[in-house]
Amino acid sequence: MPNVKVDGVDIEVPAGATILQACELAGKEIPRFCYHERLSIAGNCRMCLVEVKPGPPKPQASCALPVGEGQEIITMSPMVKKAREGVMEFLLINHPLDCPICDQGGECDLQDQAIAYGRGHSRFAENKRAVTEKYMGPVVKTIMTRCIQCTRCIRFAEEVAGVEEIGAIGRGENMEITSYLEGAITSELSGNVVDLCPVGALVSKPYSFEARPWELRKVPAIDVMDGVGTNIRLDARMREVMRALPRINEDVNEEWAHDKTRHAVDGLLRNRLDRPWVRRDGKLEQASWDEAFKAISEVAKSAGSSVAAVAGDLLDVETMYAAKKFVQSLGSTLLEGRQTGLSYDTSNLAAVNFNSTIAGIETADVILLVGTNPRWEATLVNTRIRKAVKAGAKVFGIGPEIDLTYPVEWLGDDLSLLSKLPKAAASLLKDALRPAIIIGAGALKIEGAQAASLALVDQFNLVRPDSGGGAWNGYNVLHTAAARMGGLMLGYAQPGGMAALATAAPKLLFLLGADEADLGPFANSFKVYVGHHGDRGASEADVILPGAAYSEKHGLYVNIEGRVQLSERAVDPPGDAREDWSIFRALSQLTGQPLPFDNFAQLRAALYSEFPAFARPGLVTYEWAPPALPTAKIEKNRAIFYPIRDFYLTNPIARSSPTLQRCSAEILHGQEFLEAAE
Amino acid sequence: MADHLPNSLPSIEELRARWGAFAFTSENEKQAKVVIGRYPPGRQHSAIIPLFDLAQRQIGAETNTQGWLPVPVIEYVAAYLGMPYMRAYEVATFYTMFNLAPVGRYHVQVCGTTPCMLRGSDDVLQACYKKGLKKGETTPDGLFTLSEVECLGACANAPMVQINDDNYEDLTLKSMTAILNALAKGETPPPGPQVKRQTSAPLDGPLTLPEMVNENHDYRGTWA
Repeated sequence: MPNVKVDGVDIEVPAGATILQACELAGKEIPRFCYHERLSIAGNCRMCLVEVKPGPPKPQASCALPVGEGQEIITMSPMVKKAREGVMEFLLINHPLDCPICDQGGECDLQDQAIAYGRGHSRFAENKRAVTEKYMGPVVKTIMTRCIQCTRCIRFAEEVAGVEEIGAIGRGENMEITSYLEGAITSELSGNVVDLCPVGALVSKPYSFEARPWELRKVPAIDVMDGVGTNIRLDARMREVMRALPRINEDVNEEWAHDKTRHAVDGLLRNRLDRPWVRRDGKLEQASWDEAFKAISEVAKSAGSSVAAVAGDLLDVETMYAAKKFVQSLGSTLLEGRQTGLSYDTSNLAAVNFNSTIAGIETADVILLVGTNPRWEATLVNTRIRKAVKAGAKVFGIGPEIDLTYPVEWLGDDLSLLSKLPKAAASLLKDALRPAIIIGAGALKIEGAQAASLALVDQFNLVRPDSGGGAWNGYNVLHTAAARMGGLMLGYAQPGGMAALATAAPKLLFLLGADEADLGPFANSFKVYVGHHGDRGASEADVILPGAAYSEKHGLYVNIEGRVQLSERAVDPPGDAREDWSIFRALSQLTGQPLPFDNFAQLRAALYSEFPAFARPGLVTYEWAPPALPTAKIEKNRAIFYPIRDFYLTNPIARSSPTLQRCSAEILHGQEFLEAAE
Repeated sequence: MADHLPNSLPSIEELRARWGAFAFTSENEKQAKVVIGRYPPGRQHSAIIPLFDLAQRQIGAETNTQGWLPVPVIEYVAAYLGMPYMRAYEVATFYTMFNLAPVGRYHVQVCGTTPCMLRGSDDVLQACYKKGLKKGETTPDGLFTLSEVECLGACANAPMVQINDDNYEDLTLKSMTAILNALAKGETPPPGPQVKRQTSAPLDGPLTLPEMVNENHDYRGTWA
């Protein structure tokens, strides 16, 4: 490990580090535009100049220069300052002075660094260049005159998103960044280029001219659009969530978020249930809380213990816990969270967990995808698999062929292959050091798939000690819902799934934001929908109780790898809507057995004492004890259907977001939109 | 280049209708295989520039012009090499040798960089203007396309133009006019210096080692 001297301070840095990284380790701030930790090094903005001795007597771009033993690095000499001021002057030659109308204003790298290195006046008397706007799709707005050509967006599209649709055309002063033929970028991750752009050239289209960064309240939250549990920051102004941005969490989302995470917030104020509704003579009518509760308690009296609850995909643990306690108080245990009818065995939670962990899947060397489309079911898991592939991993797939942004060897759309893998795939899995299989809802839906996939654990020794002294578990189940793991821990799973629930024919059925369930078999049940959006579930309900969306309540979420994460409330629920747990607390008063918590703190305390696993944020350890399942023969050529038909419209919030509706229409269904003339 | 990027092209639909069926001729196909074979397996993307050149020349032969690269042809070459369209498009737009709009039978590229300008490239341009050529445009008869380019590396023979694959050097208003007239008549004027001069050798005979021109000469006595 080389030793270097940074501004007179000796420091030892890892071999292969760049001078910029050495300076950061020494606590020095190096200005930069093109350098980004998670992208390849470009070295084209020249802002990170430092003085390096020994070496040529000129400033060096620190981001692209590897550290050498015994180097002396000076980051604050007059030469360095003058050099950076020179670079800044060149960058500003063609950059418009439109900060007052720029959406990046207040959170702009160029603005910040111009304060330190800008000259305050311009010596450039020639004509400035102007670049026409480029169309990049429904979520990225471009103002290309502001572009300083750092090429971060190009590198992101190529390296992380795996969609090589952004590039630089022309050369020299006429170089322009554009998407191919100005088409919409067909990546679920396109919104990240907005965060990456150090200036205001790429900004968020739905958020344009909406708010200034300094007027926003920033609240740490957890995303519920998929099971990954992306760490996000909700930026709220008054009672409105203006935008969602990713927070850095190396174990979960690194610093990315997909477009559904970012733009579902546009659906938070639309289509909302903001008052109770009661069905009278077949028609839903507005009602007061009292009327709604009265209607329910009347049915509850006659229903007795014939009560069931179906949990939706977006729920926090507290809501499900309160509902569970309420259903239990009525004497029932009919709880189900797998709305779409899955009925896999949940007797051992480790056997339905993403055991490799999201970050760990990067280190796998052979991966078998079984009936899963990770690009849509868990986009940020897909980027991890892509990283593994770039590091040399081999990926096989069973299911219909799709573009996952990396090469996959498709074995066929035939689930029966699971019990007799082709020789090539089997031998690679056998010889792998860190083999992994990822089984998705598309496969789990088919009887016998779970048993067949668990059989692979022994066949390929998926659970083994790894070379580093730790343990490797390559058996992964990829859930699609944010509420799934939390729900399974709470017991929201009936043997037999929704079908068993239907057989039990509950007289009173609570739908906790459950909008994807087939309610046909429950035609005779009195359905109470507790949720926040007027979607499929609400339209079939007999009573609607307005609840809070994920941005409107504190909550615990458990992601696919069993990671407990805390989310905070950004805004209040609209109108008469209440936080869901308090609805069940109030209902329990009417049915005679009040739940034993009067406030949120008591609820959490009760939850923690009953389920201590939730008390500590971080990975929950599930003991690996896969159930011995009866092997059912999977018929030959059994086709697989991926659970997600439309990435952008998977839940009621997303379906209410005009941005995501347009994404779906334009990117997935090829509909063309004319740009409004400005 | 801003004037190099077409803004008055037919719509993409028309281009696709006209060029969507483009494919290399069997000869070019053979040549393409040779070019790709020069690179190690998996590195065939490196062959993009020679393949673009082949495609452009093929279109030139088909249309009796110097050829150009419509978007469907760029896509054809990209697919031929298995690379993303955007990467190929970047290459095609980067090099001025690839025409992104149709050009005429003779592509007159006048060098306007400092050495040529000092030696009279303005006269050369004047000669072109007099023949009715306009920068960035093709003459109505489809014969000439005029572009002003940066240094083509023949500064010793400034001013110069490149017409199709040949350089015409040491030009004056008169000689440039003569060249254009000859081309218009369908003749091919001899390329190279248009004054009495051997390639880029000094104009007034050898200036260094003059005694060596006719016989071997021993300079050693003159070394101080």
